[in-house]
Amino acid sequence: MTIEKKFSVCGMCSVRCPIQVDVQDGDIKFIQGNPHSPLKGALCARGAAGPGLIKDPDRIRTPLIRQGERGQGKWRESSWEEALDYVADKLKTVIKDYGSRSVLWSDRGGPFRDLHQAFMRGLGSPNYCNHDATCARNVHHAALSLFGFGRKGVLYDLKNAKHVVLQTRNIFEAINVKEVNDLLDAMGNGCRLTVIDVRSTVSAAKADRFLLIKPGTDYAFNLAVIHELIDKKLYDQDYVKKWFKDFQSLENFVRDYTPEWAQGKTGISAQEIRSFAAELAAARPSVIWHPGWMNARYTDSFYVSRTIYIINSLLGAIGAKGGLPFMAKPGDCGRKGLKALANKFPKPDEKRADGAGWKHKHIDSGPGLLHLAFKAIETEDPYPVKAYIAYRHDPLMAFPDPEAQKKMLEKLDLMVSVTFSWSATAWHSDVVLPLSPYLERESVIATKNGLKPHFFIRQRAIEPRHENRSDWEILCGLARRLGLEAMAFDSIEDIWKFQLQDTGVSIEDFETTGLVPLTDKPVYLDQDKFQFKTESGKIEILAPKWENSGIPSLKPYQDKPSPGPGLFRITFGRCGVHTQGHTINNPILFEQMPENVLWINTDKAAEMDIAQGDMVRVSVNGYYSGQLKARVTELIHPEAVFMVHGFGSQVPAETRAFKKGVADFRLMKGGMEIWDQAGGGVALQEHFVKVEKV
Amino acid sequence: MSKYRIKLDRDRCIVCHSCEVLCKVKNETPAGISLNQIIAEPQVSEEGYPRLKIKYQPCLHCKKPECVPACPTGALYIREPDGLVLVNEDLCDGCMECHDACPWNVPRFNEHTGKMMKCDFCVDRIDSGLEPACVTACTTHALDFVLAKKKSAAKKAA
Repeated sequence: MTIEKKFSVCGMCSVRCPIQVDVQDGDIKFIQGNPHSPLKGALCARGAAGPGLIKDPDRIRTPLIRQGERGQGKWRESSWEEALDYVADKLKTVIKDYGSRSVLWSDRGGPFRDLHQAFMRGLGSPNYCNHDATCARNVHHAALSLFGFGRKGVLYDLKNAKHVVLQTRNIFEAINVKEVNDLLDAMGNGCRLTVIDVRSTVSAAKADRFLLIKPGTDYAFNLAVIHELIDKKLYDQDYVKKWFKDFQSLENFVRDYTPEWAQGKTGISAQEIRSFAAELAAARPSVIWHPGWMNARYTDSFYVSRTIYIINSLLGAIGAKGGLPFMAKPGDCGRKGLKALANKFPKPDEKRADGAGWKHKHIDSGPGLLHLAFKAIETEDPYPVKAYIAYRHDPLMAFPDPEAQKKMLEKLDLMVSVTFSWSATAWHSDVVLPLSPYLERESVIATKNGLKPHFFIRQRAIEPRHENRSDWEILCGLARRLGLEAMAFDSIEDIWKFQLQDTGVSIEDFETTGLVPLTDKPVYLDQDKFQFKTESGKIEILAPKWENSGIPSLKPYQDKPSPGPGLFRITFGRCGVHTQGHTINNPILFEQMPENVLWINTDKAAEMDIAQGDMVRVSVNGYYSGQLKARVTELIHPEAVFMVHGFGSQVPAETRAFKKGVADFRLMKGGMEIWDQAGGGVALQEHFVKVEKV
Repeated sequence: MSKYRIKLDRDRCIVCHSCEVLCKVKNETPAGISLNQIIAEPQVSEEGYPRLKIKYQPCLHCKKPECVPACPTGALYIREPDGLVLVNEDLCDGCMECHDACPWNVPRFNEHTGKMMKCDFCVDRIDSGLEPACVTACTTHALDFVLAKKKSAAKKAA
């Protein structure tokens, strides 16, 4: 039989790269990036390993209803009819007793969330959350506080950049295939790369300049760069005159934050800071100092991202080609966007349980903050939250301190996990609704904004092998049972037609490439005609929303405690072959990297007689300890130890990953209470661990 | 030497191991063995900067391959005219002589079939006018499938 080419969208991480899948007799023969997209066929290791999900014996093959205690692992297999009836009936009871607002949802955001938001609006609950408090919330709020729009109001024009700075973005290991290629193309054309990190990543090994920084002092470093840019008048004075509000406040604020001062804090020499700042200025405005993708690390991470945006602004890079141009949307191409499913229902006017938008006025009420929503479950303040649906999200691994979280979740009457693979959260749920793996499901049509906005579509490459269903089948099935007729669609085609009705695009237009471009040429929005979304229309150094909440826009630098003897600051991150915890059990990726190791500084290791490859025990106050191999290297700061995130599964159903490696998130005791009050992100690197040779 | 070669652009390679996974999926290589390898050794430059010494190890398809004469059953052979070094599974008895003879131990024993497997540059793809899996979808386009001294027609067209 001939090989059929199916265009779809990867689901192995949150980037959602366009893919082409070769299918023969219902079997996947090969998978690659969509050759008609900017990827030109490229796909990362995780995307390439997607077929590993299909024949995995650990797959969840049918809906499951809990029999024993939560987390005990006693399940009863059920039909879809029974499982959906069960969930709908429980939701009805909870809503009757406690109101619509008592239902909480969390997902991992992304381009398909419209369907989820429609479901929550249909229910009448304001408590739609995403994962972002463990990811980019600080970045998003930093952008909001300066520009009036969030982090997605600008994009990274890596291909045309002349100097790229990565401070909290490990671009060559937390891989977005297009970004990686764009940056490598730019570097081939002479773009400089500076990496600031507590350890040497692959990104650092590719950099022209690597600055090994003392953990937790990034804000000090950035303040000194601002000082230098202003003091030496290296900034773009025309741009600042035109676009800055309160520049004088910034100038006064950084006056004492000299490179010499920062040297004492960060360990990076004043001379290095000066030459770096001068080099940035020489490349302006085609500079991208990446504000961070995942930046939920410290209690001042908001200020790290905020100072990065300020530096980009001082260099005239916001809105510039080769810098951070304004994000173009379908409307900027003279086209209509997709019709939103969520707009079928009114926006609930109820206050959010997590306090976003009212108790915490500066926090974006769109996706809120899940750690505070969990807190509300526990305290029933401001009101009881009794049902929780985790969609393709594993907070018990992504947020810190799962034992504390389980306590918070105790008051739930219903906990549902919609998931294509086992996870700590699914294992702890009352009902598991097994989503089809992405290669077996279709999704709502999505928009990619950027220099070349386009619509893209996920179609099933192959049919589901087991009792798995697509997201729309599950949510529309629940909607029907709950009387939400407006979203009780019978087919995905009906949903697609609804979304496309104003766009002039038909479903057939996706057939040849899986993509529908909305422009031929890149759209660079004119800086002169642009208005920032702040009250003044300018970049506001003093942010009224934050100031009114008693949070300073320009916060004086505060030292963090140093680890005591035998203790280290726990740091964590990514590698090229895994996406957090949810790929560890993938048969192909597990083989690539079955467990994590502990990076530890050579001198510190020598003091403790730890040699390369020795087993070490990492622990926190007798609360949790785990053993793993030491990777002894001079290329990590002596105060830090590092491990790749997401290992140490406690789920027996993950037969390969179970108990492999050490769980960084379990080393963060009390971590649900430690968060950046200005940006909303949890502060995952504000924890110390003990390391001993075994 | 075969008329083909896979060239690695070390400046573009980010050691993401996509080449290994692409190979594994396309060739249905069982767990525990890999037909290709990307190897990176961390180093520190004279200026104190971290660097990676990177090497890609598919089969080299040598002009005078040690594996071919080592094979007692005649299963290993050089295909003409393109010089690819291939395994005839019908003749292979899985004795591993080829594995031992190869300086890089490229041929691997497949426990499921009891036969040897080796990197064949995805000969079925080549015969359909395509490039090897690892080259086609390399994350950063760091791998190039080249004819001796000139780029393949497919690459030129791209």
